[in-house]
Amino acid sequence: MSHADFDMLSNQALAFCGVFYFIAVVAHLAEWAVGRNVPLDVLNGVKADAQAAGRRTAAAAVGGEAGDVLVETDEDSDAAASAAKMARYARIGLISTVVAAGIHFVAVASRGLAADPIRVPWGNMYEFTMTATLFVTIGYLAMYRRYGLSWLSPVVTSFVLITLMADALLLYDPVVKLRDALQSPWLIIHVVAAITATGAFTIGGMASILYLVKERWLAKHADDEGTLNAGYLARLPSLLQLDRMAYRVHAFAFPIWTFAALIAGPIWAQAAWGRYWGWDPKEVWAFITWVVYAAYLHARATAGWKGRNAAIIALLGLATLWFNFIGINFFFGSGSQHSYAEVAPFLLSR
Amino acid sequence: MSEETPTPERKNDGLPNTRTPAGGKPEEGRYSNERDRETGVAPLAPREFLRWTWRQLTSMRTALILLFLLALGSVPGSVIPQDAVDSLASSRWRDQHPSLTPLYEKLSLFSVYTSPWFSAIYVLLMISLVGCILPRARVYFKALRARPPKTPKNLSRLPEYRTFEVDAEPAEVLAKAKTFLGGYRKDLTEASIAAEKGYLREAGNLLFHLSVLVVLVGFATGSLFGYKGGVVVVTGGKFANISSQYDDFNPGRLFQVKNLKPFSFSITDFDVTFITTGRSAGQASDFSAGVDYQTSPTAAAKHTRIKVNHPLNIDGSKIYLIGHGYAPRVTVRNTSGAVVYDGPTVFLPEDATFLSQGVIKVPDASPSQLGFSGVFFPTYASTKTSGPFSAFPDDKNPILSLFVYSGDLGMNSGQPQSVYALDMAGLKQVKSDGKDLRIDLQVGETYPLPNGLGSITFDGVSRFVKLQVSHNPDDWMALLGMIMALTGLLGSLFIKPRRIWVSVRRDGARTLVEVAGLDRSSGGDLSGEVDDLAALLEENA
Repeated sequence: MSHADFDMLSNQALAFCGVFYFIAVVAHLAEWAVGRNVPLDVLNGVKADAQAAGRRTAAAAVGGEAGDVLVETDEDSDAAASAAKMARYARIGLISTVVAAGIHFVAVASRGLAADPIRVPWGNMYEFTMTATLFVTIGYLAMYRRYGLSWLSPVVTSFVLITLMADALLLYDPVVKLRDALQSPWLIIHVVAAITATGAFTIGGMASILYLVKERWLAKHADDEGTLNAGYLARLPSLLQLDRMAYRVHAFAFPIWTFAALIAGPIWAQAAWGRYWGWDPKEVWAFITWVVYAAYLHARATAGWKGRNAAIIALLGLATLWFNFIGINFFFGSGSQHSYAEVAPFLLSR
Repeated sequence: MSEETPTPERKNDGLPNTRTPAGGKPEEGRYSNERDRETGVAPLAPREFLRWTWRQLTSMRTALILLFLLALGSVPGSVIPQDAVDSLASSRWRDQHPSLTPLYEKLSLFSVYTSPWFSAIYVLLMISLVGCILPRARVYFKALRARPPKTPKNLSRLPEYRTFEVDAEPAEVLAKAKTFLGGYRKDLTEASIAAEKGYLREAGNLLFHLSVLVVLVGFATGSLFGYKGGVVVVTGGKFANISSQYDDFNPGRLFQVKNLKPFSFSITDFDVTFITTGRSAGQASDFSAGVDYQTSPTAAAKHTRIKVNHPLNIDGSKIYLIGHGYAPRVTVRNTSGAVVYDGPTVFLPEDATFLSQGVIKVPDASPSQLGFSGVFFPTYASTKTSGPFSAFPDDKNPILSLFVYSGDLGMNSGQPQSVYALDMAGLKQVKSDGKDLRIDLQVGETYPLPNGLGSITFDGVSRFVKLQVSHNPDDWMALLGMIMALTGLLGSLFIKPRRIWVSVRRDGARTLVEVAGLDRSSGGDLSGEVDDLAALLEENA
């Protein structure tokens, strides 16, 4: 395969993985739509129920006697059937996400192979976004089983889908050689660390958002047991668990960010530009992000700041992180040595 | 100042270690922070007032507020051009905003990161940090030798609690529990075992905060003893490492001249490739300069190439290629044909298309001194709406466009002059047909100047490189600090301090076993561990 073939493959793979992410989003939305009226206690036994339902249906299909199943019309069996449906949609969504992640990986890898000479696929914003979203998906899938992340599925899949769409529509850039400052082994070390931390902070931020939403919802419906007992928000983990998961993901990301922004970055900057730290806008905002997340970690340990306030600080950190990625490249343009999205001035003057 | 949970006994100003066995209300106890609960007015007695101020300053709440102020205070420096980052941009900004400039200057907004208010924030933060880690270090060294706290009477009130009955004797159960609790510090009594581990978390935490100071000290000494200089060299030009040869030279406060190593070099050639397609079109994909250098005047000359990411290191001084541009070569002759000026003149690039501005000063011209001021277009293009512009940074279609001035260049006044600007006081613009004369030259073209002023020839284009030479004697210290910081951070986030108690009581023919656990980090979940221990004891005892 030639470089041009890989280029085409990357573009097509990105489109196809978008299709599978879309299927995943729809499946997960259907899952939670079906589950809207399924009481919590029914879902607690969802696995057993789903398996039982599955067996019964299979048995009925084999025996040709659907009667047994259809006779049960009481509420419990309605709920059980819905729960079984939920489990089925969840499985479709998860499988689609796995398939999408595989094709997404092909898109990223072939993008790297499309360049001549071959290089890592994060030389500009288009490639960085493509790779960072892949890291989000992989992180989510890796933690899916261990942390029981089914509740995070709709959020993660829609985030990845929307981000990839914006990436392909707004940021697309043909494959070119790396510009001078990027030709360094630090491109791998610094950027992989930055992408990993960005992906993890993003997942942690999702948990923090859900924490805030659930907290508000719990307060609003404190007396309404019917509402509290069904639906998406009811099935989210408890506030304590959400907070703990958010903390763990942030605690994982923070040292990586420290390494990316405050250690690998300065060492590379020293080699490329002759100074460790130059208060370039990108550096300033990386520092701001670091300080805000440091505040988050401190806040979680401080009376009166834990829980809600800590979650708000985490989201503030996420905002600065994404502003640094998008805002600095577009609004500060030529003012930053890190600007890799700059529209060449001769294009503007046409 | 720490992301770890300050338990009450670790935040008690080094008062006697009042370890509260983890009974009572663990959730609240885990997060309580004495200093953060202090409210009310400051006491009036001077001693008490000082103590109150110190406690306020070193509280976690104050540290949090200072962290936010630090983040917020960093923002203006990314929006307003900074003198130290891009002095050209900041002086341009000043020219464009004459009414805001005095206010901004009063607030030091052009040098945010060295301003008094920004310094105040981080100095306070550092004091807060020291005030926090000193007492904590003292408490920690005591805690290092301390035994696990005694088993609380009522284990069922702990966050993790399991109970079950077995046939084995109490002593047997405890012996088993002891072997299962590997890696714990254990205290065994007749009826219970108290175990604790994860002591290194606090050590990591203290190490991280200490290393922040090491990094700052490392950078500070580097900038005190080192130097940084910038110089523009046209290809073919030479440079010797003495301070007068630099265009700008910034020694640290404690810099000594002996640190200026006696090397010299000349730039043999310059090579650049520009990206021609895509969004990054017009950015350089490769640029490098050939260098012949000598480490001392008597040493043999060596040849090498320097480029971005590949500086040249001569005896600890590093030479970086940080920029490049064009130096048009012109020859100026007087009316009799004698050469009065000849050579490349550096024009500074204005933007990414390398549209460059510069001046040519010809003090030897006759009958009067001549000055040229103008623009160099590496790839000249023009449209009706935009006027002339440079379409690409490479020199595909170079045009030199100049205005001409004659009179006194003012170079003998003794005042140092910028080589990039004309002193207009003694100069008069040369006109032709009543309009300002503008000369547009292609390579090889000659233009005869009016009024017997001579002629100017555009001979060709040379390149110049902007080099930075720097010497930071102690940068290993900052690096060491960073490695310490990362090690400490990992320890403080991933080592999990926890306490586990197993208590046994003979109840008739069977033994009642209680297992309880307390996670002392802010993100831990002990349920799995306590489950495992309970299961092991139930099966094996």
